[in-house]
Amino acid sequence: MSPILEISDLSVVYRTPGGDVRAVEGVNLELNPGEVIGLCGESGSGKSTLAYGATRLLRPPALVTGGSVRYSGRRITSGGEPVDLLTMNHHELRQMRWREIAIVFQSAMNALNPVLRIQAQLLDAVQAHLKMPRAEAHEKVAELLDLVGIPRNRLRSYPHELSGGMRQRVMIAMALATDPEVVIMDEPTTALDVVVQRDILAQIVELKERLGFAVLFITHDLSLLLELADRIEVMYAGRLMETGASQDLIRDPAHPYTRGLLNSFPSIRGPRRELTGIPGSPPDLRDPLPGCPFVPRCGFAVPACTAVDMTLEPWNGAHDAKSLLPGSAHLTACPIVTPKVSQEGVLS
Amino acid sequence: MTEPIINGVPASTSLPSGVPVSDASAAPAVNADAEQVGEPAVVESVAAARGPLALEAVGLGKDFKLGRGQVLHAARNVTFGLYQGAVVALVGESGSGKSTVAKLLAGQERPTRGSVRLDGKPVDVGSSHRFRQYKRQVQYVFQDPFSSLNPTHTVGYHLTRPVKLHQPEVKDVKAAVIGLLELVRLTPAAQFIGKFPYELSGGQRQRVSFARALAARPTVLLADEPVSMLDVSIRLEMLGLLNDLRTRLSLALLYITHDIASARYFADEVLVMYGGQIVERGPAEDVTQRPAHPYTQLLIASAPDPDDLGSVLKSANVGAGGGAARAGNVGPAATGCPFSNRCPLAIDKCKQENPALQLLTPGRAAACWRLDVAASSLTGSGA
Repeated sequence: MSPILEISDLSVVYRTPGGDVRAVEGVNLELNPGEVIGLCGESGSGKSTLAYGATRLLRPPALVTGGSVRYSGRRITSGGEPVDLLTMNHHELRQMRWREIAIVFQSAMNALNPVLRIQAQLLDAVQAHLKMPRAEAHEKVAELLDLVGIPRNRLRSYPHELSGGMRQRVMIAMALATDPEVVIMDEPTTALDVVVQRDILAQIVELKERLGFAVLFITHDLSLLLELADRIEVMYAGRLMETGASQDLIRDPAHPYTRGLLNSFPSIRGPRRELTGIPGSPPDLRDPLPGCPFVPRCGFAVPACTAVDMTLEPWNGAHDAKSLLPGSAHLTACPIVTPKVSQEGVLS
Repeated sequence: MTEPIINGVPASTSLPSGVPVSDASAAPAVNADAEQVGEPAVVESVAAARGPLALEAVGLGKDFKLGRGQVLHAARNVTFGLYQGAVVALVGESGSGKSTVAKLLAGQERPTRGSVRLDGKPVDVGSSHRFRQYKRQVQYVFQDPFSSLNPTHTVGYHLTRPVKLHQPEVKDVKAAVIGLLELVRLTPAAQFIGKFPYELSGGQRQRVSFARALAARPTVLLADEPVSMLDVSIRLEMLGLLNDLRTRLSLALLYITHDIASARYFADEVLVMYGGQIVERGPAEDVTQRPAHPYTQLLIASAPDPDDLGSVLKSANVGAGGGAARAGNVGPAATGCPFSNRCPLAIDKCKQENPALQLLTPGRAAACWRLDVAASSLTGSGA
């Protein structure tokens, strides 16, 4: 299966008077049709910049300095060559956005216009991107609400009359209005409480199964992705630190940063574990350190870490003969931590 | 001020126990309309083992009039204590009344019923002088460190003011400010004094909020979702800091959160709120490992389980809690037990009568008519 979205060697900087902030640095990422990829990292790790950079939504001072973003959706390429989003003109981009790649933005709860009814806002999205008669558009909007399980009588509601979870569902319905092939979700459940959050995640999975779109799910909460994502990409200081199938990543994390993240959230089940978290704060991206950017916060750093070239290499893991699914290679940017060290329990 | 004393209404107006009288029978209500049936159980809090009682909520209730005769019972019959050196966690979803309870305790809202007691005495915040004296002992930390600091003032300014206000005897204010910054581990402290909020990370800003609260030398700290706006990787560090502070300063801490897993690790006692009422309370480990109330069970089932991937999204409970929410019936039931419209165990009695807290063990209680089923099915599954 060829990827529907293929980001290669993408770099994004923010031009500031104090120097370039290298927010995304040589990131590779592939999204297959119908797949959920989780992109995980702390605030400022570049995960949103990566998604918005790839979809050409960033404005100066942000600048894409290199790489390519190839999209091969059915409607656009019809089996031919993929198109590169980074070299498109304005008109071509307009065709792509929403119709092909839709985004559920961060703090989507506040993204609705407070003075317009839900119906007007959904209609706006539908009519801007699909050519259809007015009556048909109205029917389409009602169907969209059905899709996310909101009663049709809510069409006449204003956003403040809906709960946070319902507003979030409206935003998801809006993103799905044009039957896109890729949906980028940027922290869609962060402001919601756990019960509602779980319900929305279940709905995303259900809709994905039904409509077959691919999801790039951005979050700082690794525990969410364990449930939702097929693959997880862990990002830190603008670089990918580790990537792998969700199961592999949680059972057998390779990079010390991923281990730190996994050891940061208290579990509700099982015995009480000693939690360590990740001490320190993310680095200044204006003045990148040589080698691995995680060195100052890493408990296992050795002098050689400052010469690490940050390419992702296969990780064979603590388990011998681990059966890897095709296309779910488990890669890590840390060549220092070996399965042997890991087995001795030094790192766990 | 027309209502000078925070323990507004004396006991005489409280409803006789055992009578399911509605206090707004004529008007449609949001949250459960009916008073609780039965005498609420008296619970021996595990937090009491840590130190003496500091702040106490006694039968606390708060109604908000919504207009058109509607009344929102934001809090009802809330009774618990905060003890020196102990952490009590108040857990619940958005709109469950957690923050209302905190605001009542902080003296920012006046209770409709019940009273707040500090060191055994009813709290009086009637005059600004008395309110200030109260705030010296009971401080509040807000959820959002991005909006609770003034963007046009430095860290030093944020801390100098409360020091001058609450500790007028202090001569060397700057030394006190540096002491505060070191207390919350913002070091080197001298470097942080001149910084503006935008120069700080979320975690650092929340440390400034803690330092500002501690500048009053309080005995009670009310922390309203102090870490929910922070990154997961930073949360643990902040909870560690709070834990260290309550031990060192012997603070009585109320930790409000919607994350019951963090309450398990951090709190001595957990109070679970739903629809404005405490539906379950008990020692943190007990409540999280052997939840008795169906709502607590749903909350815990909603937490992702790393050892069983996909369990949450597949779980049958999605239908119980989520189905109702999807159909638009979000929020608590209007009659009977507030959870009865989402509860898989609900029977007719649940829809008509609102249960009071019933004692399970001396330290644990839950408000549910179906505890025989809800609690026994749990012990059977060996959680």
